[in-house]
Amino acid sequence: MNPRRKKRLTLAVALIAGVAAVASLLLYALNSNLNLFYTPYEIVNGKNDTGVMPEVGQRIRVGGMVTVGSMKRDPNSLHVEFAVHDSAGGEIIVTYDDLLPDLFREGQGIVAQGVLVESGKLEASEVLAKHDENYMPPEVAEAMGQKHEKLDYSEQKPSEGYQY
Amino acid sequence: MWKWLNSYADPERSYKLAGTFLPWFVCLAIALIGVGTTWGLLFAPMDYQQGDSFRIIYIHVPAASMSMAAYMGMATASFIGIVWQIKAADWAAASIAPIGAVITFIALFTGAAWGKPMWGTWWVWDARLTSELVLLFLYLGVIALYASFEDKVLAARAAGILAIVGVINIPIIKYSVDWWSSLHQPATIKITEKSTMTGDMLYPLLINIVGFGMMIGAITLVRFRAEVLARNGMRPWVRELATQEVSK
Repeated sequence: MNPRRKKRLTLAVALIAGVAAVASLLLYALNSNLNLFYTPYEIVNGKNDTGVMPEVGQRIRVGGMVTVGSMKRDPNSLHVEFAVHDSAGGEIIVTYDDLLPDLFREGQGIVAQGVLVESGKLEASEVLAKHDENYMPPEVAEAMGQKHEKLDYSEQKPSEGYQY
Repeated sequence: MWKWLNSYADPERSYKLAGTFLPWFVCLAIALIGVGTTWGLLFAPMDYQQGDSFRIIYIHVPAASMSMAAYMGMATASFIGIVWQIKAADWAAASIAPIGAVITFIALFTGAAWGKPMWGTWWVWDARLTSELVLLFLYLGVIALYASFEDKVLAARAAGILAIVGVINIPIIKYSVDWWSSLHQPATIKITEKSTMTGDMLYPLLINIVGFGMMIGAITLVRFRAEVLARNGMRPWVRELATQEVSK
């Protein structure tokens, strides 16, 4: 390899290494701000890494599983109320006055955006259904559902972080 | 081996080599995408939760994964072009960029079209969606830089540096769903463990992913040949080629 080529190679590799270092430091610093939502546990007990707790009146997103059996529907309006929990054991109540997405059901992962009206209660202005990475035909799902609850993620270990 | 590889840096030889590969890429792309898409859209079973809407996966996932693969290809070509100053590598990088931008746009668009009925929103600023959008801007930046210099040696160097710097975005896209909480689901196809999808849904998807790769390869070869001709218009072998075409 001639010296000029060597110099260019060193420069190019140094450029990549430098940019990688800058980017990883930046992402590390921003880490908790890049999360799309709080988990119910974090709303009750503060964020896992910083301990920051959302204040009442703050606009936040919460992500978790809709607790089975917690859904309450007002018969005269669109008003619904349900609990959202996570694997770490946190649970908060979400109220909502609009149409729910197709995938919404008890046991499903959702992300709700809204205002924290009191500690542990969120008045949502938007509810999004979160799909998981599992795809299967209905027959397979039925067969699996008899053995174990596919949609209940509450048995996940908290150490793995919150993901569904 | 080094000498043998270097001989293909010659514009005329790389032009002819691209011409030899082209029909293979085209045939494979048509065959694989034909089989994968027909199988996926018509014969694969529907999903237990999403019904038939999940079938957009047969376009979305190949487009998204190939948008990252094409970027790696472009950045590698740029790296070779900058370090070894091989012009053919610069031209290859320049010919990948527009097709990469289009395929990234397809991934973003199909994702949004699926997100509206499934999630309930077209767009959300979570880590995966945002980093994929950054990838589109990187492609557009490379295209714009390459087009904005009259001197194409200088243009390739400027665009190449941007392409190499942008490589950092690829692992961020890939792992964004694992590192941060996002609305986008984690990866379904896993290399080290069992994929969370049944085989009759998975195989057409894999076929389509390879098919999209072949399609990008084929379009890149066509664009590469055009780029070689455009940059060597004054060379005798190109003139000879042109007179042959005219007299035909």
